[in-house]
Amino acid sequence: MEITVAEALIRCLEQENVELVFGYPGGAILPVYDALNKTTIKHILVRHEQGAAHAADGYARVTGKVGVCLATSGPGATNLITGIANAYMDSVPMVVITGQVSTGMVGTDAFQEVDITGITIPITKHNFLVKDPNQLPVIVKKAFHLASTGRPGPVLIDLPKDVAMEKIKFKYPKTVVLPGYKPTFKGHPSMVQQAGRIIMESERPVIYAGGGIRIANASPELLQLAEKINAPVTHTLMGLGCFPGDHPLFLGMLGLHGTKYANQAVTECDCLIAVGARFDDRVVSKISGFAPTAKIIHIDIDPAEIGKNVRIQLPIVGDVKNVLGALLPQLEKKENAPWLARIRQLKEEFPLHYDRNGCLKPQFVVEKLNEYKDDRAIVVTDVGQHQMWAAQYMRFKEPRCFLSSGGLGAMGFCLPAAVGAKLGAPDRTVITVIGDGGIQMTMQELGTAAEQKLPLKIFVLNNQRLGMVRQLQDFYCQKRHVAVDFQFNLDFAELGRLYGMEGYTVETAQQLEKLLPEVLASPKPVLVNCMVDPEENVLPMVLDGANINEAVD
Amino acid sequence: MRHTLAVLVENNPGVLARVAGLFSRRGFNIDSLAVGRTDNPAVSAMTIVVEGDDRYLEQVNKQLHKLVDVIRISDITRDAYVDRELVLIKVSADSNKRAEIMQLVDIFRARIVDVGPKSLTIEVTGNDGKISAFEESLRPFGIKELVRTGKIAMLRGFKASSKNNVHKEEDES
Ligand SMILES: Cc1cc2nc3c(=O)[nH]c(=O)nc-3n(C[C@H](O)[C@H](O)[C@H](O)COP(=O)(O)OP(=O)(O)OC[C@H]3O[C@@H](n4cnc5c(N)ncnc54)[C@H](O)[C@@H]3O)c2cc1C
Ligand SMILES: Cc1ncc(C[n+]2csc(CCOP(=O)(O)OP(=O)(O)O)c2C)c(N)n1
Repeated sequence: MEITVAEALIRCLEQENVELVFGYPGGAILPVYDALNKTTIKHILVRHEQGAAHAADGYARVTGKVGVCLATSGPGATNLITGIANAYMDSVPMVVITGQVSTGMVGTDAFQEVDITGITIPITKHNFLVKDPNQLPVIVKKAFHLASTGRPGPVLIDLPKDVAMEKIKFKYPKTVVLPGYKPTFKGHPSMVQQAGRIIMESERPVIYAGGGIRIANASPELLQLAEKINAPVTHTLMGLGCFPGDHPLFLGMLGLHGTKYANQAVTECDCLIAVGARFDDRVVSKISGFAPTAKIIHIDIDPAEIGKNVRIQLPIVGDVKNVLGALLPQLEKKENAPWLARIRQLKEEFPLHYDRNGCLKPQFVVEKLNEYKDDRAIVVTDVGQHQMWAAQYMRFKEPRCFLSSGGLGAMGFCLPAAVGAKLGAPDRTVITVIGDGGIQMTMQELGTAAEQKLPLKIFVLNNQRLGMVRQLQDFYCQKRHVAVDFQFNLDFAELGRLYGMEGYTVETAQQLEKLLPEVLASPKPVLVNCMVDPEENVLPMVLDGANINEAVD
Repeated sequence: MRHTLAVLVENNPGVLARVAGLFSRRGFNIDSLAVGRTDNPAVSAMTIVVEGDDRYLEQVNKQLHKLVDVIRISDITRDAYVDRELVLIKVSADSNKRAEIMQLVDIFRARIVDVGPKSLTIEVTGNDGKISAFEESLRPFGIKELVRTGKIAMLRGFKASSKNNVHKEEDES
């Protein structure tokens, strides 16, 4: 029997076990929406296409599955771009489907035509324009394969309207042939052996754990490695949760706003084992001052990350779970007692700290949230000071509990990503930590959350300004503040109520502590507007051009 | 140092844009890029000449490899290879200069492909050295226009810099 390409597309999604898609309809994608009538796949109507992309992203981060979003041609497609770029930077598996004008009109500046495959070349792992109706199933199969294997990322399929309405015989391929795509999964045995030797010879090893651990589901192997060789573990923003936050070997985040002891440990170590981390400039700061005395072992599935920013001694290209599995038997138990004593000393000497006096402190809010949240709660942040405080003060026992826009640093990520996260993990508490700036970038998605009856727990760290930029202006522009103070301030509690949530405003520590257990336990959606100290800075902070162990504190 | 990369790509729409875009986006400088079909219509061969040190070339290589359409890259710079480029040159040629120019054409084993009242159009193929030498010797006559194809290259001997039987049918079921 013949079916339309649009129907075939939906059948392909069913074959890929897609349970829900996030999207926003329009003319060019009409046939696909029509085909949604005949499926059990649930469509989540967002309020802006950026929200569809971030929601698919949040869903993917929590579930480990491929997130799917849909938009129409032209403005629908361009509205997705921030969301696609965000997923690309953070290596999130996503399939993006856009409608396109009919093939006869492509290239004519037709109504709502944009060259979305051209535009998204730099921000997708790959993309496809469907020209031959019979190729659709193969293309979808390729898209899911590319998105979810190797180093994951977003893949876009642009589907012209006339192609979507053609009829084809549907057959979903079992495998695909991509001659130019062969990710290396197994680490090279001789490299693994050498790594084992370097580690066994080291006296001051440190593990630098990144988002690749979460992607590879390699937390158990990471834990075994750390305990076997008694190496302290520092993590990137993306690696938070990959190593238990209550473990004695846990060092917290490194880098720009990392803990002083993590940065100092990296500076003093003689062996740095980078696992699924990409030596981002937020982490490394001045290259010559980064782990200057260490032999660096870099385990990453993407060969292009190796040696890109920092010179390393030993590369191992492969999947971290696989590589760590091969490495562990090569290692023997190590104690490193003097090194661990040094680490304990650093932790005592340079703890995270803030002034607890005065008005409600943003750090206190995240600390208390950390205290009251349950172990499996998912925390989603936006971008700014609140994000860094959450990364510094919150602890997780497992990965996929902390979602944040790291590589792109896209304000507006939080609310839609929380929508996606909650839909991906309906039985878990989803807490958002968001700034009063960032919430206003995508707050229309409160409508999506209300429609889907999602009991999100939204905590706005309201400093009535763009706190992170204010901090930058303090440090780099001699406190000349431009365009950082809002002159009009919204009553966020009231905003929450308008969307059917319980809305509260808290101004003191006591109010917060009284409210927290109650709102976190409540089955209702809640928005808590926390009026926090507008003068607080995120510290420690490594200034431009400094070494990571020279942070201002 | 100048490197010559022999790159095999899937002959998909947009593949040239992907490769060219990658170079500009990552700040890699292309000296020349030539692209055309191979004996397999599904596969194109690109010859890319790029300047940079080894570390830089390593990044170029790895980033190119990340493009799904790129099947294979061989840096043949240090191997024995044959390279050719075709150049069309239009040179001013009054009747009293023609004999001299034609002599040069002879020496360089070039060919005159068009004769105008005041100009000659000359085709020459060869490697970099020969082409620059020819260009220099014509310069005094007045080069009015010059177009180069960019270099194409192939390893000497039996070894292939690019093997292009990489396409199998999609396994449908
Ligand atoms: C305001 C702001 C401040 C920031 N400050 C900091 C800071 O102080 N410290 C900090 O750490 N970050 C900070 N960041 C985040 C930073 O920008 C980067 O996003 C982050 O450091 C990257 O994390 P990562 O190295 O773990 O790489 P990710 O982006 O998570 O990349 C994952 C890596 O793992 C590899 N990988 C993927 N899958 C596998 C697999 N199966 N096997 C092996 N490898 C795999 C990938 O190839 C990639 O190299 C900040 C961001 C913002 C917005
Ligand atoms: C889309 C986007 N625009 C601009 C920025 C630059 N930026 C980074 S942090 C920040 C301020 C964020 O303010 P707010 O959301 O109130 O959070 P706070 O820093 O006060 O916690 C800005 C403007 C960004 N990261 N993303």
